[in-house]
Amino acid sequence: MAELTVEETAPAALAPLDVAALKPDFPVLNQEVHGRRLVYLDSAASSQHPRAVLEAMDRYYETTHANVHRGVYALAEEADRLYEDARRSVGRFIGAPDPTTEVIFTKNATESVNLVAASWGRKHLHEGDVVLLTEMEHHANLVPWLMLAEEQGVELRWLGVGDDYRLDLAELEELVTGVKLVACSAMSNVLGTITPFAEIAAVAHRAGALVLADGAQSVPHLPTDVQAMGCDFLVFSGHKMLGPTGIGVLWARRELLEEMPPFLGGGGMIRDVRRDGFTTNELPWKFEAGTPPIAEAVGLGAAVRYLEAIGMDRVRAHEVELTAYAQGALAGRFGEKVTIFGPEGTDGRGGVLSLAFGDVHPHDLAQVLDQSGVCVRAGHHCAKPLMRRLGVNATARASLYLYNDEEDVDALVDALAEADTLFG
Amino acid sequence: MNGLEDLYREIILDHYRSPRNRGELESPPAQRVEGFNPLCGDEVVVYVQVDGDRVTDIRIAGQGCSISQSSASLMSAAVKGKTVAEARDLIRTFKAMMQVHEASLEGDGGEAEAVDPEALGELAALQGVVKFPVRIKCATLSWNTLTQGLDEAEAG
Repeated sequence: MAELTVEETAPAALAPLDVAALKPDFPVLNQEVHGRRLVYLDSAASSQHPRAVLEAMDRYYETTHANVHRGVYALAEEADRLYEDARRSVGRFIGAPDPTTEVIFTKNATESVNLVAASWGRKHLHEGDVVLLTEMEHHANLVPWLMLAEEQGVELRWLGVGDDYRLDLAELEELVTGVKLVACSAMSNVLGTITPFAEIAAVAHRAGALVLADGAQSVPHLPTDVQAMGCDFLVFSGHKMLGPTGIGVLWARRELLEEMPPFLGGGGMIRDVRRDGFTTNELPWKFEAGTPPIAEAVGLGAAVRYLEAIGMDRVRAHEVELTAYAQGALAGRFGEKVTIFGPEGTDGRGGVLSLAFGDVHPHDLAQVLDQSGVCVRAGHHCAKPLMRRLGVNATARASLYLYNDEEDVDALVDALAEADTLFG
Repeated sequence: MNGLEDLYREIILDHYRSPRNRGELESPPAQRVEGFNPLCGDEVVVYVQVDGDRVTDIRIAGQGCSISQSSASLMSAAVKGKTVAEARDLIRTFKAMMQVHEASLEGDGGEAEAVDPEALGELAALQGVVKFPVRIKCATLSWNTLTQGLDEAEAG
């Protein structure tokens, strides 16, 4: 295989990212829409794929495909090896102490939360038990708990968002009393706020609660270490971190996974099936019923190797720099006409810029920007309780990733100026 | 900005900036119906007063994008004072105009109901929306909501 190892390609510590050299790795970015260069600023919704990921998946289908965990022939053994290699790569990427048992492949972060809610939640949460959420959660980390609240009478508490767009940690000590689980985003998909997860986890653990980190936004953009974060559960999606759709991850501490009942039932997750019952397979397969997304796992493995080769510290440093540039460019050009719903500066915030622009509705803004080739998302971003807290129905959100550069931000600013002309 | 001027015609921007019949009616006697577009979070509230067979008054509340708001405003101006039957005809004609695109995408454009832009007056300005399929739901939100209001008024 022509893939380079991490060691061979690892750059000098924190050398700036050469985006011009990296962009050609992403074929989709090399096109025009409406006669303008495509400027992709929607990576918080879904990111694009480097050739390394596409080729890994093609190669798998062209040379290897067979079902996993079943065959004794060479092809199936190779499929097995690639699938489990991907698991190890993903585990290493998040600092999992025991990747081969603790990394569960799911469909996406949403399914991972549902797995925890349906398995751990149904077993451990009963009427009157409390789950602490935050006002900035994505629906993926809200609705599964609302479902448990309806089903089992679980009580939900909410940690608020302050006027600085950060979690109101002063309330945490009081709110966490008697709580069994704190389910909290590590980085907001609307505000870009990076939550002090390790601090929250420490407070939660002192109060006897477990913690679930929604890493859908943080894992693609920040160095991740589940042990340093103090996670009990971490969920994330492959398609927001250069990987394909259809694959997500649940990482959890082994002791928790061992005593959790299975989530979906079917082939692969059993040790034995009799007419009167079944016993479950060992970890991690106990939670992987049915034929898994094998090519997608292989693609995700290639994605994390691509990110590792660049270095997540450098990805983060690049996004900090670009976010600061964008904040300056937007404020410089439009002054008070533009509102950015998110923390000021770049400390504790990622490259997610949720905008209000004068009186122009976000939907109209996104439409006008599209005519300039600029892709942003308009809407509630699956965070309606947060939208209510912000007092808006929708925002227009530009989100940055490693393949974006100052030219992309300039294109955004120029397109906003066109919207200003049209609606001003 | 090619293509955008088809979407954002001057009449549309005018109705967006200065919406007609904005406000509320006491309900009852008026019907009050809410419409939501879950994709974008837009909401419209239509108050419609039906006396006998006539739409004697209509008010629009809620918030949304220029297309949903201008469409609601244009609709309110178009149906106010009309009979319920005329209003329903107009709704049908307007929605047929909004379906042209979907039909032609499926390659059976010939089956789509032919729409005479003359019959729509100012509403024809919204014709450009069909070139932007994602926005069709914005344009039809208030019309579907009005249909519900008329149904409820007739069910009385």
